[in-house]
Amino acid sequence: MFNKKHLALLVSAGSITLAGASTAQADTFEDTVNRGAVQCGVSDGLPGFSAPDDDGNWQGLDVDVCRAVAAAVLGDAEAVNYISLNAVERFTALQSGEVDVLSRNTTWTTTRDTTLGLNFTGVNFYDGQGFMVARDLGISSADELDGASICIQSGTTTELNLADYFRANGMDFNPIVFDTSEQTVGGYQAGRCDVLTSDTSQLAALRIQLDDPEASMILTDVISKEPLGPVVRQGDDVWFNIVKWSLFAMLNAEEYGVTSENAEEMLESENPDIARLLGQDGNYGEGMGLEADWAYNIISQVGNYAESFERNVGMDSPLEIERGANALWTDGGFQYAPPIR
Amino acid sequence: MIHNKEVIPPQPAPKGTIGPIAWLRGNLFNGPINSLFTLLGLYVLYLLVVPTVQWAFINADWVGTSREDCSRVGACWVFVNARFNQFVYGLYPSSEYWRPNIVFGMFAAIIAWMVIPRLPFKRWVAVFALLVFPVIAYVLLHGGYFDLPRVSTHRWGGLMLTLLLATVGMVGALPIGIVLALGRRSNMPIVKSFCVVFIEFWRGVPLITILFMASVMLPLFLPTGMGVDRLVRALIGLTLFQSAYMAEVIRGGLQAIPKGQEEAAAALGMTYWKRMGLIVMPQALKMMIPGIVNTFISLFKDTTLVMIIGLFDLLGIVQAALSDSRWLGFSLEGYVFAAFVFWIFCFSMSRYSQYLERKLNTGHKR
Repeated sequence: MFNKKHLALLVSAGSITLAGASTAQADTFEDTVNRGAVQCGVSDGLPGFSAPDDDGNWQGLDVDVCRAVAAAVLGDAEAVNYISLNAVERFTALQSGEVDVLSRNTTWTTTRDTTLGLNFTGVNFYDGQGFMVARDLGISSADELDGASICIQSGTTTELNLADYFRANGMDFNPIVFDTSEQTVGGYQAGRCDVLTSDTSQLAALRIQLDDPEASMILTDVISKEPLGPVVRQGDDVWFNIVKWSLFAMLNAEEYGVTSENAEEMLESENPDIARLLGQDGNYGEGMGLEADWAYNIISQVGNYAESFERNVGMDSPLEIERGANALWTDGGFQYAPPIR
Repeated sequence: MIHNKEVIPPQPAPKGTIGPIAWLRGNLFNGPINSLFTLLGLYVLYLLVVPTVQWAFINADWVGTSREDCSRVGACWVFVNARFNQFVYGLYPSSEYWRPNIVFGMFAAIIAWMVIPRLPFKRWVAVFALLVFPVIAYVLLHGGYFDLPRVSTHRWGGLMLTLLLATVGMVGALPIGIVLALGRRSNMPIVKSFCVVFIEFWRGVPLITILFMASVMLPLFLPTGMGVDRLVRALIGLTLFQSAYMAEVIRGGLQAIPKGQEEAAAALGMTYWKRMGLIVMPQALKMMIPGIVNTFISLFKDTTLVMIIGLFDLLGIVQAALSDSRWLGFSLEGYVFAAFVFWIFCFSMSRYSQYLERKLNTGHKR
């Protein structure tokens, strides 16, 4: 087995030399219009975030970012070439120009934002490490986990986060380490451990693989910060703005109550915020080189953030993840988009 | 002296030595220890087979469209059923399925033509398969010509991609391997050292590393925007890797041919290529069949490694399907299906090679 860490180092070393080259790179916006499609890098299969459905169409929260960008730039949410990338090659693919947007549940960290020649454009999902426990244990908070035996998948940062958390809180735990997610679920199901820990989005996917999903629950406590968001190349500010505001448009639409269903009626709305969002009062896409209806295209074809969330990972999906931190700021979450004006 | 001129008529074998019971007694119960092991073996078989059959057939769900149609007591073949097209064609647009279908059909016809001994014009079919068919297949699958809509390679996948990778790898590796093997035995120092270095380099590096270099490092060295298609990169890597292995298999076969054969051919005034093509190679290739097929089978299975560079081969597309939140938790069914398909292909290759060995057997068999 090769050493992933070394490879990643090697790759980032290579990418630093390349970062200079990509700054001088031509206009991604123009290339996209000429090509007639957005080159979007997605995961090679992550429940709720990006996976092909029965008909071979990509679906997921991350996929909807690609579709929103395509709707804004080309007026057609389906004009996307999806390129599936694994964790190691994702940044190279972006740096080398193979993809124009990387929307692949990538955690926003200082190193990635500052040393790879890349820019994070926002956060489309606030993830974090959480716990799944059997309902009949009667545990409601992570503070009550002292002395628990905990199933973990090996080789991930979850192991380190877990140790940090228990040490910081002066609690003991008994780690039981597994190799793959299937084994981890198996171990939890067989009663090898009381608690299973992973990122909350993963826990939801693991939970439905249990024989009796209803018997287990995911605690609301989160012990690490994993803000996931789309990434673009540094040095192409127009493109950076387009991807950034595509996500903001979806969030603003939710805030103003514009959905894919009522978007057409809302064109007549008297509300100045909605009129600006939908391009009825001035053209706010102009600065990005877009038409006035850029946000209307996103909302009518992809939907607002709430629709995308519920459809892919929320209550309308098998994952049934609650909004929690991903609720709008008006509902007590973190999702806050600057105004369009 | 007693002379009996009558021939004693043949008698049937004694009752105790023929028939299934005698066979059982002779082979399975010929002693207390063997009987014990037979019973033990039968018990283990019973333990394994009964739950498997129950899971895979008796309790399995076959018809439906979603996970709600599965009882989860037995296998949920509904999942494989719903995804079957995807497992075969990858993410190829469904309106264009007829294109890979034609290519599949031609591919099967060519294979059948080559395999069935009675059919004539083998040489022309082979020329067609090597020169014309790849062009037709490319035009049909990729499109962009004759008003066929373009289907870029990142939408190719499933069994189609596995077969493509394996076929190109095999067809490309064999001739390169032959040339390398001959080169390695050559007396010309530059040719010889080039072949040795090439073979030892590619053979000394794991395939996974080659694929990784091709997909992660290579784009960094090329100028931005000048991307070589990811599938082409994988194909080149796979072919070069296989050709190094093939070269060593072939060299093994060449060494088994006595030097006298080549010397006798040289004495008849044959040139190098005639000696190789008419005398040495036909004998050597025949002996190498098990080795070559072995390499092909391992190549066929190695194609699954392209999964790590984001290409959806059969196994990759099964895994991608497993990550659809509507189908979470059916990994066993998916993997069993993939294993079954791989087994069918590898087993038929193996059977064909055995047939070929018997057919070409001219008394060398030891």
